Amino acid sequence: MLELFSDFTLRNVAMGAALLGISSGVLGSFALLREQSLLGDTLSHAALPGVCLGFLIAGGRNLLPILLGALVTGALAALFVLLLTRRSRLKNDAALGIALSLFFAVGTVLLTYIGNQNNAGQAGLDAFLFGQAASILPADVAVMAVITALSLALVLGFWKEFKLLSFDPGFAGSLGLPTLLLDIIMTVMIALAIVIGLQLVGVVLMAAMVIAPAAAARQWTRRLGAMVTLAAVFGALSGVVGAVISALATGLATGPVIVLCASVFVIVSLLFAPERGLLWAALRSVRQRRELHSHQVLIDLYQLADAHGNPQYPSEAGMMNLYYGTDARRALRKLASKGYLVKTEHMREEGPHWVLTDAGYERARELLGEMGLAA
Amino acid sequence: MTAALQSWLLSPDVGIVLVGAFVGVASSLVGTFLVLRKSSMLSDAISHAILLGIVLVYLITGNQYSPFFLVGSALAGVATVALSELLARSRRVKSDAAIGLVYPLLFAVAVVLINVYARDVHIDAHAVLLGEIGFVWLDTTVVGGLELPSSLLNIGIITLVNLLFIVVFYKELKLTSFDPALAAALGFAPGVLYYALLGLTSLTAVTAFDAVGAVLLVAFVIIPPSTAYLLTDKLWRMLLYGAGVGVGSSLLGYPLALALDVSIGGMMACVAGLFLVVAFLVSPRYGLIAQEIRRHQQQRKNARRMLLVHLYSHENDRESLEENAVTAMQTHLRWSPERAREVLMDSLEEQLVEKHRPDDRLTLTSKGRILAQEVLEPWRRGG
Repeated sequence: MLELFSDFTLRNVAMGAALLGISSGVLGSFALLREQSLLGDTLSHAALPGVCLGFLIAGGRNLLPILLGALVTGALAALFVLLLTRRSRLKNDAALGIALSLFFAVGTVLLTYIGNQNNAGQAGLDAFLFGQAASILPADVAVMAVITALSLALVLGFWKEFKLLSFDPGFAGSLGLPTLLLDIIMTVMIALAIVIGLQLVGVVLMAAMVIAPAAAARQWTRRLGAMVTLAAVFGALSGVVGAVISALATGLATGPVIVLCASVFVIVSLLFAPERGLLWAALRSVRQRRELHSHQVLIDLYQLADAHGNPQYPSEAGMMNLYYGTDARRALRKLASKGYLVKTEHMREEGPHWVLTDAGYERARELLGEMGLAA
Repeated sequence: MTAALQSWLLSPDVGIVLVGAFVGVASSLVGTFLVLRKSSMLSDAISHAILLGIVLVYLITGNQYSPFFLVGSALAGVATVALSELLARSRRVKSDAAIGLVYPLLFAVAVVLINVYARDVHIDAHAVLLGEIGFVWLDTTVVGGLELPSSLLNIGIITLVNLLFIVVFYKELKLTSFDPALAAALGFAPGVLYYALLGLTSLTAVTAFDAVGAVLLVAFVIIPPSTAYLLTDKLWRMLLYGAGVGVGSSLLGYPLALALDVSIGGMMACVAGLFLVVAFLVSPRYGLIAQEIRRHQQQRKNARRMLLVHLYSHENDRESLEENAVTAMQTHLRWSPERAREVLMDSLEEQLVEKHRPDDRLTLTSKGRILAQEVLEPWRRGG
């Protein structure tokens, strides 16, 4: 298998995939924060007619005109969405769906048209549907590098403005920032991110690459700089791993494999990120429930003792278990380990009993006080 | 008679156009409610996700024509939406990002499975996206002594099911689409109805999948109802117009695709888009042109009222000779000569002002004076 791919090709693929991951992570972060994820979906599907037009105009599979075409039709689709939402009664979701499906339909028509003109052309363009790592040339990597550098420069140049626009567009407008212009630049940036990934990931799944690394990075941090950096790292890693896997195995489309890698990052981040991780949240809620339960047991023991006028009143463990269900045993043991209870053998034939210690008595009074109930 | 009908049904042209038309009708019936509920993009998620259902059922049963396809893909479609909503409810990502994370994952898994088990799964990635409506007439079924394309039978049944669902739950669907809060308060269980709708969307998607593929289906689900939405305010009319656009797209798209020798499904979707653009431009009430005309008429009306008020306020003062003259419209109201002429012609035609020779003096008619008073002192109206 490995002999088929010289190191040179693999290095090409890896470099291209890294560039794709970095740019989609960085640019996608802003799309995610501005809740424009589905715009990315529309723009990536709308790249198809542009790919075909670029191919037709250049007369061959030449990456630069193809990507320029994709950028132009992506921008047109964004304009179309804007026109429909501003000047008709259609809502944003319908406008996005209309632009997505209509541009893609035009793309399929052009694709079949090219296929009928010459078959080699269509075979080359099919790579743009699901991505094909093997088809990438050194010249293509150079084109991707230039576009990535351009878009990163754009992000650095407008960092402050983009940050403000992402978190508080109303305030940005009131400061006199040209929000419409910045909006347009940011939309073009999403289109740029998509265009860079077209050859490796394809039009159908490129939208996921714009969202996934950014969504994964968002779980780990609250700071924009850290999020963008992490998204770039996640994007680059999933790009390289996915592209190399698909380049080494025959017949695996590259795009889906890269998206699967990115999804792994998303799932791991959603579950295990500190603070926001869903696993930690679940553990926290279990712990809280247990603590509440043990508080309740302690207070009940206190009130039993109080009702009997005897701080050393021994409560029967069997009765407690019956009252709370079996869970009471765990709570009782925990309270005992904290030194709030001691086990006594009050009446041998009736099994163990529990007695409040002085510390337990005080703790129960404290808890009742916290709840605003006079102890 | 039967023989004629039989040969008509089996001709490729008729089969293709009929399947396209039924896909259009079935999709736009459910699409209408997705558009009204502002969840159009869910159709995109569903139509991609059902591929996983199709592939999994295929790998498990090994059968190309199994009723499990319907169940599997309906489940896949509904599961996509449920997963996205679950993710959004965990508040770790926004709802739009949740959709954009879940369905590409399921779709990617499906494509990888197709690639890995390429020999066992007779689905090629190209057909998944574009469909093969051109071959629907090849595979036929006999029903009641009549042989007809299987796709036509399947999509026909789904169309009927969708129609039945809408007829039976019309009132409930209407209420949940326009006022979900009230529907919930009245105990209509909008959630159940919503998921039933999504289930039907998935069923429609899987049935239409062979014909138009995953992405073009979105065009059939969203574009016809959106076109209808631009034309009417009535729900039943929206359903009717949407179905009409679906049928029209198939009827027009097929010959166009043949003439240009391009993708049939793609062309049908393009024609649907064309219908939408036309409605966007010329819809009598909501169209761009109607909006412009209304705005222009409003501007002219406002200008007329301004002239009347100007004349009225100078009617009895010393400068009335100078102020109430044709030339003052340009010098005092700062209108361009064309604008001034237009407003004057309008006002004369409606007998609001009178022009007197030889000095082009303007006076109000009694009708014009009443109108000017109404503008200045609206509280006196009718008093």
